[in-house]
Amino acid sequence: MIAVAPTSDRFLEVAPLQLRDWFIGLLPQSLRWITSGLITVVAILAVFGLLFAYLTLAERKILGRVQNRPGPNRTGWFGLLQPFADGVKALTKEDVVPRDADQVLHYLAPVVLVALSLLGFAVLPFGRHLVPVELDAAVLYFFAAGAATELAVFMAGWASRNKYSLLAAMRALAQLISYELPLLLSFVPVVMLAGTLSTTEIVTAQGGWTGGWIPHWYVLTPWGFAGFVIFMIAALAESNRSPFDLPEAESELIAGHLTEYSGFKYALFFMAEYFGMCALSGMAVTLFLGGWQAPCAWLEFIPSYAWFAGKLLVLLLGFMWIRATLPRLRMDQLTRLAWKFLVPLALINLGTAAFWSLTAGWTGPLQLVRWAVALALVVTPFVVMGRRLTAGVAPRTYRYAAS
Amino acid sequence: MMIPALLLIAFVILASAGVAMVLRNLIHSALLLVLSWTGIAAFYLWAGAEFVAFAQILVYAGGISMVVLFAVLLTRPARDAELPVTPPTVLRIAAGLMASAMVGSITVMAVLTSHLVAPASARAPGLTVKDLGALLAGPHAAALLLVGVILTVALLGAIIIAAPEPAPRPEDQP
Amino acid sequence: MSALQLCLLLSSGLFCIGLTVALTRSNAILVLLGVELMLNAANLNFIAFWRFGGGSASAGVVFVLFSIAVAAAEAAIGLALVIAVYRHQRNIRLQEATRLKG
Repeated sequence: MIAVAPTSDRFLEVAPLQLRDWFIGLLPQSLRWITSGLITVVAILAVFGLLFAYLTLAERKILGRVQNRPGPNRTGWFGLLQPFADGVKALTKEDVVPRDADQVLHYLAPVVLVALSLLGFAVLPFGRHLVPVELDAAVLYFFAAGAATELAVFMAGWASRNKYSLLAAMRALAQLISYELPLLLSFVPVVMLAGTLSTTEIVTAQGGWTGGWIPHWYVLTPWGFAGFVIFMIAALAESNRSPFDLPEAESELIAGHLTEYSGFKYALFFMAEYFGMCALSGMAVTLFLGGWQAPCAWLEFIPSYAWFAGKLLVLLLGFMWIRATLPRLRMDQLTRLAWKFLVPLALINLGTAAFWSLTAGWTGPLQLVRWAVALALVVTPFVVMGRRLTAGVAPRTYRYAAS
Repeated sequence: MMIPALLLIAFVILASAGVAMVLRNLIHSALLLVLSWTGIAAFYLWAGAEFVAFAQILVYAGGISMVVLFAVLLTRPARDAELPVTPPTVLRIAAGLMASAMVGSITVMAVLTSHLVAPASARAPGLTVKDLGALLAGPHAAALLLVGVILTVALLGAIIIAAPEPAPRPEDQP
Repeated sequence: MSALQLCLLLSSGLFCIGLTVALTRSNAILVLLGVELMLNAANLNFIAFWRFGGGSASAGVVFVLFSIAVAAAEAAIGLALVIAVYRHQRNIRLQEATRLKG
């Protein structure tokens, strides 16, 4: 069974699918089904592999710009060939494995990590017709695949037989357990309001505009905005990005679970980190930012996948900006932020979303009441708990150091 | 197509669980058990219960495995990176094997001799996520609430059991 | 042999592995994992009968969901107990955990 490109849409929307169908048409009948799947896999690998290469360059350039230095600019025009030079370097380097390491797990960890971090892309709707796999429980699938990645980080840390790596492994486990909960709770309101776990239907539910200008994205509602912020904070922690990069904190743990890795295996860890970041950002775009929907009615002539790519890149730049700006958290601060702030906020947000869905019929002046109540439900707990969170912590007291 | 896939899944589940239980390294055992649990999720997918399969991976590979690994690391004797497991005595092994062999032979005989009228080629009963949600919120709502209460109480109890008794710190004394 | 019988054999095999472990090993964590395996074997049966039982009842799937939730609670409590036992006697061998008083 092969999904055939729909013909009713504009040319640019269906062009990638028609290209695929044309190529499949050249093959004998028996090969068509498997080739169709393979083309999807290869397309995702090629696009996100290239995106990974240039994201590393963009990250180094942006970090350089923020820290008032040029960043890599020697290889090629403006340093544009730097990712490929790095790739050749990683491939030709010697692969050092410690003698005492757990050989099998040490080898398996990067492979498992990359494989698991690629699974999430299967259910992201990249465009109006570009969904690799349509699943009834797509959102659940995505987070189930993502939950297992930290297991690979643990394998890497434990198999290295290195004290710092083992500390990193324990930190990774604690971090995952802490941030899994806010991550899962933050999108439950979306599932509640959209009434489905399928990513395509969630995007469809956010379609349409008020007056042709204001899109019906979930991020533009009080509960949606709160959910989006919680989701992004938890996503930062889940993808081990600064300021939550405690497992690989280079100033405390050398490089954590990466300490005993070299050559191409080291590059695989970075690939997995960027893939995970891309997949989580793509999910955030799908759940809160309207997926492939255009922001205004008259901008619809731009193909849907371009909108998805644009939103994805904005979120990725946000990740890099945060990395360049914020200092790393301490371990106790990390867990306190998750359990005492994000989880209660996400639970209250669930109530806000329930109120929003119950008052869907309110019109006229009642609409103002609806917005005011929902905003109050979002802002009040944020302010109250934010104060409680910092109470006794700031201003900081130094017990042992001379001040 | 269905039967070979089932045999493959069954092999993965049983082999990884069996090997996990005789290994001497607890971390290896735990990781192999994760593979076994994932195999069980694959079985659910094979049977057409998508939602249960993803829930199984989320809870077992994402939650329980983490807690197990954490417990293994926390209860490790110091300076003993090999994590050896003391081998059980011969008597215990014999008794355990006998008991499970008896249970196993009884169940296997029961399965083989009973006349299960199974429409082997029947389609999987369609159960969408929406149906499942309606079931959970409708006829099974009371059970859902109870499970929620059980989970909350269990987690609170786990925290209380595992929390260390607060020792008076010398610097807190006046 | 029908697919249903194969499923039941698989689940009985898994149950036996879990039972053997729970009976023979002395490490508390391994015993707990054996119990988890037995729970999983029971879940396999529920799904097998839901799929091949011929009836239209969906209670099998719902029951498995509840069972997974209860298994999670059981693992949390069990491992908390393991850590508490470890704090008292510095190891987690079940034969030595014979005192009720810490």
